[in-house]
Amino acid sequence: MLQDDTRSEVSLRINGVDRTVGVDNRATLLDTLREGLGLTGAKKGCDHGQCGACTVLLDGRRVNSCLQLAVAADGGEVVTIEGVAGLEGGGDLHALQRAFLEHDALQCGYCTPGQICSALGAMAEAERGWPSHVTGDTSAGVAGAASLDAYEVRERMSGNICRCGAYGGIVAAVLEVAEADGGRS
Amino acid sequence: MSTTTQRATGAPIVRVDGRAKVTGAAQYAYEYPLENMAYAWPVQSTIAKGRVESIDDSAALARPGVIAVLTPDNVARLQVDVELPLPFLAAAVPDLSLLQSREVAFRGQIVAAVIATSLEAAREGAGAVEVGYEEQAHDAVLRFDDDRAYVPGVVNDFSPGNVERGEADRAFAEAPVRIDATYSTPAEHAVPMEPHSATAAWDGDRLTIYNSDQGPFYSSLPISALFGLDPGQVEIVAEYVGGGFGSKAAPRPPTMLAALAARLVDRPVKVALNRPQSFSLTTYRTPTIQRLRLGAERDGRLAAIVHESVQQSSTLVEYTEQSVSSTRLLYAAPDVRTTARVRRLDVPTPGWLRAPGDAPGVYALESAVDELAVELGMDPIELRVRNEPDADPETGQPFSSRNLVGALREGAARFGWEGRDPAPASRREGNWLVGTGVAAAHYPALVFPSTAQARAEADGGFVVRVGAADIGTGARTVLTQVAADALDVPLERVRVDIGRASIGVAPFAGGSIGTASWSWAVEKACGALLDAVQEHGGVPPEGLEVQADTTEDVGALAEMSRGGYGAQFAEVRVDVDTGQIRVDRMLGVFATGRVLNPRTARSQIVGAMTMGLSMALMEIAEPDPEFGDFANHDLASYHVASNADVRDVDCVFLHEDDKNLNSIGGKGIGEIGIVGAAAAIANAVHHAIGLRVRDLPIRIEDVRPALQDLRVR
Repeated sequence: MLQDDTRSEVSLRINGVDRTVGVDNRATLLDTLREGLGLTGAKKGCDHGQCGACTVLLDGRRVNSCLQLAVAADGGEVVTIEGVAGLEGGGDLHALQRAFLEHDALQCGYCTPGQICSALGAMAEAERGWPSHVTGDTSAGVAGAASLDAYEVRERMSGNICRCGAYGGIVAAVLEVAEADGGRS
Repeated sequence: MSTTTQRATGAPIVRVDGRAKVTGAAQYAYEYPLENMAYAWPVQSTIAKGRVESIDDSAALARPGVIAVLTPDNVARLQVDVELPLPFLAAAVPDLSLLQSREVAFRGQIVAAVIATSLEAAREGAGAVEVGYEEQAHDAVLRFDDDRAYVPGVVNDFSPGNVERGEADRAFAEAPVRIDATYSTPAEHAVPMEPHSATAAWDGDRLTIYNSDQGPFYSSLPISALFGLDPGQVEIVAEYVGGGFGSKAAPRPPTMLAALAARLVDRPVKVALNRPQSFSLTTYRTPTIQRLRLGAERDGRLAAIVHESVQQSSTLVEYTEQSVSSTRLLYAAPDVRTTARVRRLDVPTPGWLRAPGDAPGVYALESAVDELAVELGMDPIELRVRNEPDADPETGQPFSSRNLVGALREGAARFGWEGRDPAPASRREGNWLVGTGVAAAHYPALVFPSTAQARAEADGGFVVRVGAADIGTGARTVLTQVAADALDVPLERVRVDIGRASIGVAPFAGGSIGTASWSWAVEKACGALLDAVQEHGGVPPEGLEVQADTTEDVGALAEMSRGGYGAQFAEVRVDVDTGQIRVDRMLGVFATGRVLNPRTARSQIVGAMTMGLSMALMEIAEPDPEFGDFANHDLASYHVASNADVRDVDCVFLHEDDKNLNSIGGKGIGEIGIVGAAAAIANAVHHAIGLRVRDLPIRIEDVRPALQDLRVR
């Protein structure tokens, strides 16, 4: 809802909680989360949609929140890294978070929230059968997240840069969870 | 004290800060919600050389939310002629002396900044500042034969610019087999995922900066000195740091911008560079042009090495990388000359990037050694083994330990080197030409003095404090392991606090010196604490605390040649039609002393090898001769390895028990993983297609001409 020429009031359901926040119309969803709502788990790596550090789930799909104006997300449902554990029903850590720790799929940790949110989005895409650039038969798509191999996971996770080079651990962690239950739990 | 049977060091402990990182709870420099925060956005120079003639900030000041515009007219005056104890901190001063003069030394230099109540307002305000310049002709391109390049007195590793043993040029001329080749490496950027960020707040004459920083204590020295303060008046907090790779090992302009802006408006100010700004304001690996001359006997013994390198620096700072230093000790050649030259250009100041000097330098050396092996018809591993020295060839000092040969042999066995057909373009798999390559790696093992404090609580817990930074290395975890073992208690009873300048003297997370240096102080403090507890007959209710300082211990180290060694192997494939280059697998074998945590150590090495892959095939900051600075400024145009680029990257540590290093017996593993990686890939590309590409990165357009002939076979 437009408040004046430069500001609006935006309603978002964030990590299961309804929030209303006044935003500068120029504000991105990322800056709204970080600066307006104190949810600094989503990271700003490039502000250009080139690194994936800001990835959150918006209405169940992964988005670069730096490319999304907050006003355009009005009414949306957002899951940030702070809410990922809650997806499993209020558990301590999501299975994917545990797998990241076990496979040391992180170093500095700055890309990690985006990697985890992106992986959840990627697994959901695979559950819907969506093909990737490396899927053999793109018209047939894929048979769920459990069917993904390392080649597919690498491709699907290539929108998230990890300069520390933890890709091997990231792929192993995603595969472990995808094989277990497609990341649904 | 009983001795625990299970020691924490050496075990693959999960990162103690991992949970904070996977839940988003870890707090980085831009994420401290201080009261009344303002945002600063820099205005950058659009010329490469000249002078700021005018700044019109009226339009910016008229924008809603803009509080002030920081300019040379209202900025706090800094003590720009300050002297600092460590040369690399002194070298940071010119770039930190923001707005103290109107001279422009490079394109992208901060010439003003807008401070506003919101990020959006600051950014819009910055776009409204009108800057007038008096522009001068500039030169922003490095050339090998530029006669304005000169040999500096010392380079970054404190060795002389020119070093010669024997008569290398004559010995080269007389050698029966000669390689004379010139290689180049481009400017490369660290691109840590967390851009350089700082949040600064003043309380009277006390300054606190939450800084994305590899060395909070060291950083407090130039910052305090520039403000004319005592080091104790400046607190730097660096709890979590989103990567650095050398670019955050000294404070950079955004840190000072936050402090100056906060001073001006008398409220907390934060600054985070965006990616384009980072390319000119946070240092970069200098481009190099290197000429390698290797003279050898027909049996492969090296008679002479001449390694000449020319690099660039800014007009502000003389920074010359040690790109020729490893050449002096990797092989037992009797006659060796290494010469580093630097050309001061109208460019941003270069600086450290993972294995400064050694990454580009060893790329060139190890490419030339491969060329020599081809020329001799020798196996490249055997050629290296034949030139293995007994003692440091440059200094004559004994090696504390050196197992390059072991790394090459172990790597050859694991990689499947035996039976390799050395003939180029000899292995074709469908549309792919496949090749393998090898290269040696070396990185010096240094240790700097550090302090640490250890505290016993009455409840049985321990708190150890050391001014370290964990930039993703696993330092916080490893130091906890070291402390637990030194105190002889389980990990759960120890908390290690790091990331604050106020903890005391401690070196940075850089130069692969961090863990070795901090661990020594931690062990010493913990040992002293146990003694104190015994003296007191237990821990008193108020607790017990001791401090340790390793200055004397480090000073008492015997003169020896200390360094990590390794062997890098790569297998690449090149599409015969498209020229696409893929790295199928990389294996690194490293002899780097004791491994304190195999889980985090492996991640560091594999990560550095991945950066080496990126260096070999992708990374190049293109110089912009017309406007200065670089032509590409973001992650869409400056490519780093993404997930799909990286397949099978593996590493192995050789057992090494070196009593002459430091208290923990480790050599530092932050950097060596990138050294030699690009050479192994370049050598594999040569093996795959028979073309020697001597300019990094190796791109499709470089290999395609060679594929014309191969396609018709």
